[in-house]
Amino acid sequence: MTTAQIRETPLSSAHRRAGARMVDFAGWSMPVTYKSIITEHMAVRKGVGLFDVSHMGEFVVKGAGAHAFVQYMIANDVNKLSEPNMALYTQFVMPDGGTVDDLIVYRRENDFLLVVNASNVEQDWNWLVGHINRFNDVSLENISEKTALIALQGPEAHSVLSAVVGDWIEKIPSFCYGQGIAEGVKIGFGRTGYTGEDGFEIFVDPDSADKLWSVLLAHGEHLGIEPCGLGARDTLRLEAALPLYGHELDDVTSPLESGLGWSVKLDKGEFVGQQALLKQKESGLSKVCVCLQVEGKALPRHGYPVLKDSVKIGSVSSGSQGIFVGYPIAMAFVPPQYATIGEKLAVEIRGAAIGATVVKRPFYKRK
Amino acid sequence: MTGAEGSKVLSYPDELKYTKTHEYIRVENGNQAYVGVTAFAAEQLGDVTYVELSEVGKKLKKADKFGVIESVKSVSDLFMPVSAEIIAINDRLNSEPELVNADCYGDGWLVKVKLESSSELNDTLSADSYRAFVVE
Repeated sequence: MTTAQIRETPLSSAHRRAGARMVDFAGWSMPVTYKSIITEHMAVRKGVGLFDVSHMGEFVVKGAGAHAFVQYMIANDVNKLSEPNMALYTQFVMPDGGTVDDLIVYRRENDFLLVVNASNVEQDWNWLVGHINRFNDVSLENISEKTALIALQGPEAHSVLSAVVGDWIEKIPSFCYGQGIAEGVKIGFGRTGYTGEDGFEIFVDPDSADKLWSVLLAHGEHLGIEPCGLGARDTLRLEAALPLYGHELDDVTSPLESGLGWSVKLDKGEFVGQQALLKQKESGLSKVCVCLQVEGKALPRHGYPVLKDSVKIGSVSSGSQGIFVGYPIAMAFVPPQYATIGEKLAVEIRGAAIGATVVKRPFYKRK
Repeated sequence: MTGAEGSKVLSYPDELKYTKTHEYIRVENGNQAYVGVTAFAAEQLGDVTYVELSEVGKKLKKADKFGVIESVKSVSDLFMPVSAEIIAINDRLNSEPELVNADCYGDGWLVKVKLESSSELNDTLSADSYRAFVVE
């Protein structure tokens, strides 16, 4: 960020009313927790939780050249969005294979909506602008300031949205987009999320965000809905082994190394970063991201060394208590020869080598 | 405890002594005392998941590290408020680390100690001084 000023989302007064503990994150004042991370985590696994993710960035790409431009900028295949109101997960990749950001692309009726990480809005914007001149008839607009984003997540998320918007939302498939009215408030939403649960990410005008937040909480009350902060958002995404930029992805880590090969379509036609990723695939990866189940109770954390036979072979990218699964978990980068399921490794925690086993990704998968 | 505007009201009992590293010490029967973390520390840590403590019999000087407390979000060292020997540790925390959040001054105590001398207690903070320190 070039500005030192801490920004507030349209929901900041709602957070203060609810007694949230606020932290500065990526230039924003955000709730880290309301009651407790464990309470919020379990609410999302068993019922429903509500997150303010208005800090995230939104860009709209329009024009006859929009499709070709988006296709050139992302590693996934935009042609998978065979009709409007579909979405996909992807990354912007650098010519050397490093990752600019990861994002969700929505194909809407007349445009593409790109939802990017808060910490990367400026970098992403410059990245897109730097490549746009190759294409004719494309316009790019940053609508982040005009967009509040609320995530409704958990097995009961559909019940809440259904009660507010109408039961037709039940038919919206995963990774699809819809538009509706929630008690007079116009919303757009994707059946997407960052928790490993079913759920929705709801776009709303900032002026209506507070009202929508209250309406969703009220309709979720009988289901035990909890407002959830960034703390639970992080523990939930880690249990689901979803990458976090700055941890599992960064400018020296490719999506292939991060274990996101399923979302990289090397044969789709030319895109930025394609040659580097092809080369990585041909010559083999120097590091890969693994999921570790860690013994004992001490928690592995970002940056802790990963050991094989007392020798450092890698490091933890994210670690925490697996709140739902019930044991300490970590994602870590190691050379590929140590990435086999069942491989016995160790994490160095305060000088001690604590046993850790490579396990299947993710730690938690919803039924 | 939640105030009218949702702000948390944290308590600092008058009969305890406090440190700037957020431990408290409750002296009982002359030279024995319980040591734990303050309500402010418990609030800042959030959900405590694990407490690692020095063993019984360990003699520690004032400000020596006597353990580590981990929450979902962070890990912090624990420091002795005064020079003392550990004579008991709170075994319940093995299976119920959340007691630190629920009742830091009661069932969530960390270690019981025998003081080397009571004179070092003069260097600790009173409840009022500690409260002033954490609101700063």
